[in-house]
Amino acid sequence: MKINVNGKPHEVDVAPDMPLLWVLRDELNIKGPKFGCGIAQCRACTVHLNGQPIPSCSFPVSAVGDAQITTIEGLGTPDAMSLVQAAWVEHQVAQCGYCQSGQIMTATALLTDNASPSDEQIDTAMSANLCRCGTYPRIRTAIKSAARNIREVALLAKNQTSPISRETS
Amino acid sequence: MSNLGTITRRTFLFGSMAITGGVGFGYYKYKQPIDNPLGNDLADGGRALTPYLLIDQHGISIITPRAEMGQGVQTTLAALVAEELDVTLAQVTVLHGPASSAYFNAVVFEEGIPFSSIDTSAMTNRMRNFVHVPAKLLGLQITGGSSSIADAYEKMRVAGAAARNILVKAAAQKLGVSESSLKTENGMVIDANGQALSYLELASAAAHIVANSALTLKPKSEWKILGKSQNRIDVPAKSTGTAIYGIDVELPNMLYASIRVNPNFGAAMNSFDASRAKGMQGVKKIVAIGNGAAVIASNTWYAFKAVNAIEFDWAAADYPRDTAAHLKAVEDSFTDKQQDSQYRKDGDVESALAEAEEVVSAEYKVPYLPHAPLEPMNATAWLRDGKLDIWAGTQIPTQAVKEAIKITALAESNIKIHTTLMGGSFGRRLEMDYIIQAIKVAVEMPGIPVKLTWTREEDMTHDNYRPIGMARFKAVVGDKGPIAIDLQLACGSVNTSQMGRIDMLMPGPDISIVQAGWDQPYAVENFRVTGYRTKNDFPISSWRSVGASQNGFFHESMMDEIAHSKGLDPMQMRIGLITHEPSLKVLKAVAEMSGWGTALPEGHARGVAFSLSFGVPTAEVIEVAIINGKVKIVKAFAAVDVGTIMDPRNVESQVMGGLNFGLAAAMSGDISIKNGVVQETNFHQYRSMRFYQAPEIEVRILENGDRVRGIGEPSTPPAAPALANAIFAATRMRIRELPLSKHIDFV
Repeated sequence: MKINVNGKPHEVDVAPDMPLLWVLRDELNIKGPKFGCGIAQCRACTVHLNGQPIPSCSFPVSAVGDAQITTIEGLGTPDAMSLVQAAWVEHQVAQCGYCQSGQIMTATALLTDNASPSDEQIDTAMSANLCRCGTYPRIRTAIKSAARNIREVALLAKNQTSPISRETS
Repeated sequence: MSNLGTITRRTFLFGSMAITGGVGFGYYKYKQPIDNPLGNDLADGGRALTPYLLIDQHGISIITPRAEMGQGVQTTLAALVAEELDVTLAQVTVLHGPASSAYFNAVVFEEGIPFSSIDTSAMTNRMRNFVHVPAKLLGLQITGGSSSIADAYEKMRVAGAAARNILVKAAAQKLGVSESSLKTENGMVIDANGQALSYLELASAAAHIVANSALTLKPKSEWKILGKSQNRIDVPAKSTGTAIYGIDVELPNMLYASIRVNPNFGAAMNSFDASRAKGMQGVKKIVAIGNGAAVIASNTWYAFKAVNAIEFDWAAADYPRDTAAHLKAVEDSFTDKQQDSQYRKDGDVESALAEAEEVVSAEYKVPYLPHAPLEPMNATAWLRDGKLDIWAGTQIPTQAVKEAIKITALAESNIKIHTTLMGGSFGRRLEMDYIIQAIKVAVEMPGIPVKLTWTREEDMTHDNYRPIGMARFKAVVGDKGPIAIDLQLACGSVNTSQMGRIDMLMPGPDISIVQAGWDQPYAVENFRVTGYRTKNDFPISSWRSVGASQNGFFHESMMDEIAHSKGLDPMQMRIGLITHEPSLKVLKAVAEMSGWGTALPEGHARGVAFSLSFGVPTAEVIEVAIINGKVKIVKAFAAVDVGTIMDPRNVESQVMGGLNFGLAAAMSGDISIKNGVVQETNFHQYRSMRFYQAPEIEVRILENGDRVRGIGEPSTPPAAPALANAIFAATRMRIRELPLSKHIDFV
């Protein structure tokens, strides 16, 4: 079976009903997406399927097909973070950090669709992702801060593709 | 200015000692030195400057031997050393380091002695120092009890100062100048002409140099790192998916395992039938492990699937079969026979109650709670060539070594614990169960590294829980507040249950039964607090803030009931009763922050609660709104006193997190038992706080306390009562049972 992750094609030999999460983690050694519940209740496993956030713990790998999978590793790296990741660092969101891959993936999808979300829209988008450390207030601050930066970058460089995928500050 | 005279006399020996491949110095000891745990591992030319500092070809590494569970402890511990060493945090690598009794925690046991944390009398301080001795002898490297910073505050700054002193001496010898002509800055010793020698180039010359026996630590006014918000060292990795938790450990030719054990705690596995699981895809081996069975497979998911396909015949447990029977056991424990402690007995409560015309009384209940950190329990073990390596998130790495010795009979020197980052803990990773299982699996698979990962279902139903508990109070109330209070608190003994699991006997009363109930700084003429020990074979454990997690709710709901019984303002009544100055100041701060007493929109109301736990006075106000009969938590305010602030933003994060943790449990946290088995299996049944429910939180940090305190737990206890008191203020409904969702819905 072939799947595309972070722009790279991979060949995997697994049961078709294996959740995408376990293909990523144990077959491809892509450890950013986390296992928290296995039933799409905590969303620590969130990845993007053609830009849309999905719970990879409950998404069979055989359903991926030709779609592009993006994990947190595909957004940016410690040396070249995406704007959303940079906002997470600026506002020191993470405590244990275990849910934050999923939080960042969900927030990135939200801000890609809507760079000026209202509090209510942020609530709706983020409430599937569980954080046991209670970092929610800092997540809200970081999303608003990332949104401002995304709007600014978009204004400055209208013609560039996906303004939030990478940043070189 | 801190003078270390008394400390050096008692406990410190600064000297250098030649060890294989390097130099270690700056020992912390009572009578006999503990081997520097970094000593045996040094690459050629490496220098272990105290057990907390290593200088080698890779640069300067600071060892922060406490579990990073999300509380930011490794950044602050590194800051303590860096401040005195005169390096920036950006210049150093921070490592958890090995499991070693050199990293024992002295302060964690202080909370276990029956003296109020704000009692600074000579006798009490002598007792505190006294418990440091057994702590050292036990060599328990433990993270818990909000003790890491208090325990490290002196010893890690001294480690930095000693190393700096030695490096200055080395530079003085090299340059042939006096020590006093040299200064240090950003990892360099600089002479009067501005010539700079880096610590790295001085490290080898530092061998055999002895630090001064008395070192002077920087006064607070000269701090460059401490007292200021630092960027946490773990945050960039945690924001890019590159942080390595236990569950992310990957080794060559690794296999993946999962396990199911009898959900009837402590009961046997009669038999299991793995015939269906055996032939499933990816399965390598199925083994009985204790009272359960593990599947070892080529992928974690194959292991999950196969372990769920095993048919088990479980024996039943000895403890009561359902929640009602557990609660009955608590109810039945309010007897003289089961009295555990009576640490507070002011005035004459009996007479006051007998003579009173009116007595206010009530009964309260709280449920079992799981820790449910988001990273399920997991550990990796690799047994090869007579050596065992274990990778795990654990709060007691030294205990993991002991367990490994018991199972493998290997010498301690052949066992290595790699403590990883932890995806939350809240007390869960004080337990050894998952590590013991991983070692047993490794024994079955010699030569092959195996990572054992629990399903969430296994995790939720095999936790060790915050005990179910009850409180009863009777109070006589005058015009200004309580004249007499009789408070009775009952639950199982966390100490006996939890410490028993790591072979430690805890004789005598268990102070956690009455923690934050008996020791609150309210001056009430007649005040008696009695603890009752419930007989309990169900596994219970420390849950963020331990006994204060339930007693904060009991005590502060009681204070609110007392105030309202005479129409008193609950904030003003507390302010009138509290004598301890730092406690008074947090209450006054939170009153001001929240605009206590000012008008609110229709349907809104505020509740206040105060708890002193782990030495930190904490006052919280919660504002709620009632929307279509449902509660919305609108805003939260918290004022805390940590004595001395190490890192303001991190303290704020911990206060916010602890407060939300308390609110989450207060709203809907509940673990129930049926037929001896925990019924909630995953987050669809164990509901935790969601983003839309989280209030805006305003935090103020004060520094009036007598000494530096830890902040991982103290903001949890007042959260539940502040919320319940706000609900009462809004609805006149007094909810005397957690979770509150049993009685009212939340938005």
